[in-house]
Amino acid sequence: MDKKFTVLRSRAVPLPIENVDTDQIIPARFLKSTSREGFGENLFRDWRYDKDNKPIKDFVLNDTTYSGQILVAGKNFGCGSSREHAAWAIADYGFKAVVSSFFADIHKNNELNNFVLPVVVSDKFLSSLFESIEKNPGTEIEIDLSNQTITDTSTGKSEKFDINPYKKECLLEGLDDIEYLLKNREAIEKFEENSKLWN
Amino acid sequence: MGKTLFDKVWDAHVVKSITEGPDQLYIDRHYCHEVTSPQAFDGLRKRGLKVLRPERTFCSPDHNIPTKDQHLPIADESSRIPVETLTKNAREFGLTLFPLCDPRNGIIHVIGPEQGLTGPGMTIVCGDSHTSTHGALGAIAFGIGTSEIEMVLATQCVLQPKPKSMRITIDGKLQPGVTAKDMALYVISKLGTGGATGYFVEYAGEAVRNLNMEQRMTLCNLSIEMGARGGMIAPDEVTFEYLKGRPYAPKGEEWEKAVEYWKTLPSDADAKFDREIRFDAKDIEPRLTFGTNPGMGIGISEKVPAKPGNPTSVASYLKALDYMGFEEGQSLEGVPVDYVFLGSCTNGRIEDFRQFASIAGGRKKAPGITAWLVPGSQSVLKQIKEEGLDKVLEEAGFEIREPGCSACLAMNEDKVPSGKLCVSTSNRNFEGRQGPGARTILAGPLLAAATAVTGAITDPRKFI
Repeated sequence: MDKKFTVLRSRAVPLPIENVDTDQIIPARFLKSTSREGFGENLFRDWRYDKDNKPIKDFVLNDTTYSGQILVAGKNFGCGSSREHAAWAIADYGFKAVVSSFFADIHKNNELNNFVLPVVVSDKFLSSLFESIEKNPGTEIEIDLSNQTITDTSTGKSEKFDINPYKKECLLEGLDDIEYLLKNREAIEKFEENSKLWN
Repeated sequence: MGKTLFDKVWDAHVVKSITEGPDQLYIDRHYCHEVTSPQAFDGLRKRGLKVLRPERTFCSPDHNIPTKDQHLPIADESSRIPVETLTKNAREFGLTLFPLCDPRNGIIHVIGPEQGLTGPGMTIVCGDSHTSTHGALGAIAFGIGTSEIEMVLATQCVLQPKPKSMRITIDGKLQPGVTAKDMALYVISKLGTGGATGYFVEYAGEAVRNLNMEQRMTLCNLSIEMGARGGMIAPDEVTFEYLKGRPYAPKGEEWEKAVEYWKTLPSDADAKFDREIRFDAKDIEPRLTFGTNPGMGIGISEKVPAKPGNPTSVASYLKALDYMGFEEGQSLEGVPVDYVFLGSCTNGRIEDFRQFASIAGGRKKAPGITAWLVPGSQSVLKQIKEEGLDKVLEEAGFEIREPGCSACLAMNEDKVPSGKLCVSTSNRNFEGRQGPGARTILAGPLLAAATAVTGAITDPRKFI
């Protein structure tokens, strides 16, 4: 897996639904695997396939009109459970970024820890993206992490987005938190010595 | 300026603050179940690491376990493998495990407080969003992902940006027939399913103070359903009384010292919160959900609300009603129900079984209802028997099953069939949560009991 994230230019898949929960992203019955691999095929399983495992035609992932490495979703994306399997499913399917006007906290961290970039945009910009993609499914979106900008290349509309500077550095460099923490062993031991808490 | 309860506990656990980045937070307790942990242990193996502080991690299988015949090997291989993997990992890395059938086994968020592992002033994490439950005892407790589990195992720390603080004060007294679950569902519907995202909540006020420990856990458990990373309640005599004498609680002189420290934790009078919200307990009636997230809730006397303003919201609202088979303006009282589920980390404690039995006892389960009554732990099951609640409920036509997460997320056999309507005391009414196509109405144990004996959604106050 190429973990570094710099500039991503791609078409986008629109999912204009609010409060998409992690049970929809990956239903609980698919959480039994003890590996991190292969969750992409069950991404949005119950919206994507019917009871007989036939693709549901009007669901966006089954609609060949839309494709790309960017998922654009309604506000409060990823609410619910802490299952990192949701982020693994999104990454395994081939998405490298998710754009929404609002993310649930735990899921947002899980995306970041898997080098999928959650891009928080304004409600207005999100609506304009949905409109733009609907009008022209070939619309390409450009996400530039260094400059923290997202641009709709068909309209030229652009917006700055926020990201924690530490996490930005991790993504640009392809570093994970454990590597950082492991270097801090001494500080951890010192903290334990000085801590007078009952625990 | 004074400090909040949250600030006091957080600040005491910061190992290091990264400039313009998150805090490195030391974790006192790490709870572990079989669903979200295997990949974290694999990560350790790949990196050639040990668990830094094995005495701080406690494991219990709960999501996949059957609620019948637990003494037999788990028949379904896809459930058996994760449970066995947890056992293997606990053994390999030297962690304490409460295995299936052990008197300490149960849902991790039920057994933590029960064993006295959870205590005031602690930091607690688990790869499970309902870790917020433990905040009821005055701990900072929150759910984490699997990569973060690996961090805790390897370094006993996580990297977290400090959340903002919110105080939710509920004044006055709860009306008869209204439970802590109704209180939580009320608050969530007022704030919305993402209304507290980015915040850590402190619950305060007379109505919160008056809750017993189990009820406080129900309230804090549901904090995540409005997006809050966690919810906490200042420790007080109720907390100390609950903890004293529990297996892992401090003893003797240690206990005295601990209580002395715990008494310093409540928010200072002049502490400032980023957001303050106030409610009055008298406005809360028995509640239930009508849609497909916990924020889509109403009081039992209310009707399914009108659709919202903006187009994306309308689409989501209509999708939810279509899934549930309800209509705008409809009253839910009297709607026939197929299943009733009592249990989960939200409502699987002794208090919940007492409440359920207070209505179901002396009556009969309605003929059309399939009821699953699942204690949250072996210890809850034992207490149910000691109090004779099992007899009372059996006479009413109910059966008590063995403990586990069960139909809350249907990872074992306890699945609600497609299209069937279930009144559930669990925490999520997402599409397919209780089984593909299952329709879930969230409610408290009293409304669940009233529904179980009548066969249709019923206001529990009719039986009080």
